[in-house]
Amino acid sequence: MSLWGWILAACLVSMATKLAGYLVPTRLLDNPRMLRVAGSVTIGLLAALTAVNTVASGTGVVADARLAALAAAAVALWFRAPFLVVVAAGAVAAALARLLGAA
Amino acid sequence: MKLSESPAVKVGLSIAVATGLYGISFGALSVSAGLDLWQTMALSLLLFSGGSQFAFIGVLAGGGSGLSALSASALLGIRNGVYGMQLNLLLRPRGWRRLAAAQVTIDESVATATGQTDPAEQRRGFWAAGLGVFVLWNVFTVLGALLGAAIGDPAQWGLDGAAAAAFLGLLWPRIRAKEPATIAVLCAVVTVLAVPFVPPGVPILIAAVVAAALGLSGLGPVSEGLEPDVDPYPADAARSPGAEKLP
Repeated sequence: MSLWGWILAACLVSMATKLAGYLVPTRLLDNPRMLRVAGSVTIGLLAALTAVNTVASGTGVVADARLAALAAAAVALWFRAPFLVVVAAGAVAAALARLLGAA
Repeated sequence: MKLSESPAVKVGLSIAVATGLYGISFGALSVSAGLDLWQTMALSLLLFSGGSQFAFIGVLAGGGSGLSALSASALLGIRNGVYGMQLNLLLRPRGWRRLAAAQVTIDESVATATGQTDPAEQRRGFWAAGLGVFVLWNVFTVLGALLGAAIGDPAQWGLDGAAAAAFLGLLWPRIRAKEPATIAVLCAVVTVLAVPFVPPGVPILIAAVVAAALGLSGLGPVSEGLEPDVDPYPADAARSPGAEKLP
């Protein structure tokens, strides 16, 4: 499937997921196990995406300027910076690390 | 009550500005991940869920397949279905309003609505935040995509670092206790260990399976990770008396 195909499929799945919430019987909300799984999957995915975007390069694990970006973002978040500032801190840190010779 | 006097509308619009602005970072990162302007806009208009959009382009940027990108985005969107159930109880939209409500069911609109007690205010807050974020998120996505296309090599500008920072920024507000922190660390470790052995994108899905197993085994309080990642009512001053989140 082409990139456009995957994009539209992802859009359809997202819309269907949201709408399903309005259509399914609300007693599903009383199932704590289901809610716990949905919550832990959200956290696990975001942690995995953070890890991959920091150290993965194809099928290799590398330490490069993105580690500096992650550290800078953590510091910004610790000081309760808004999201956009956190992202900018990551970009600036990675660019600076490369200027200083990091891969 | 006039709309301009509604506290929920004020909160909803201010969170719409804050969230809409970071559509810039999504637009720029999406283009640097290889999507064109129209593809980037399609994600913001139709998929319209920040975390899932970042997940989709994040997997592609790492060399993952379209299927892996779709899966990561779909799994991260599950919480929107749970939000939909909560909002259906609160707002009971009917007919075409139900379709519109579903499309703007995101962290920000849920957080704004559930922070109010008066049903009319819940409704106003939901629509103000949902529609406000929708409009601004899309406007700033376009700006970001144009900006990203103009600056050329993403690595030179640290945009790959910006992606790592963005995901940490999305994760951070959900880590409020020891159990979610444990889940996050375990999943990050599993992901990195899996990277050399499976195609790009797949480690993220393995982490999702591990997270689901941890959730099934009972790690973490019931609602952890399912609270919206924004709190539009940080100070008690802004909160109407007795307002509480849904159980």
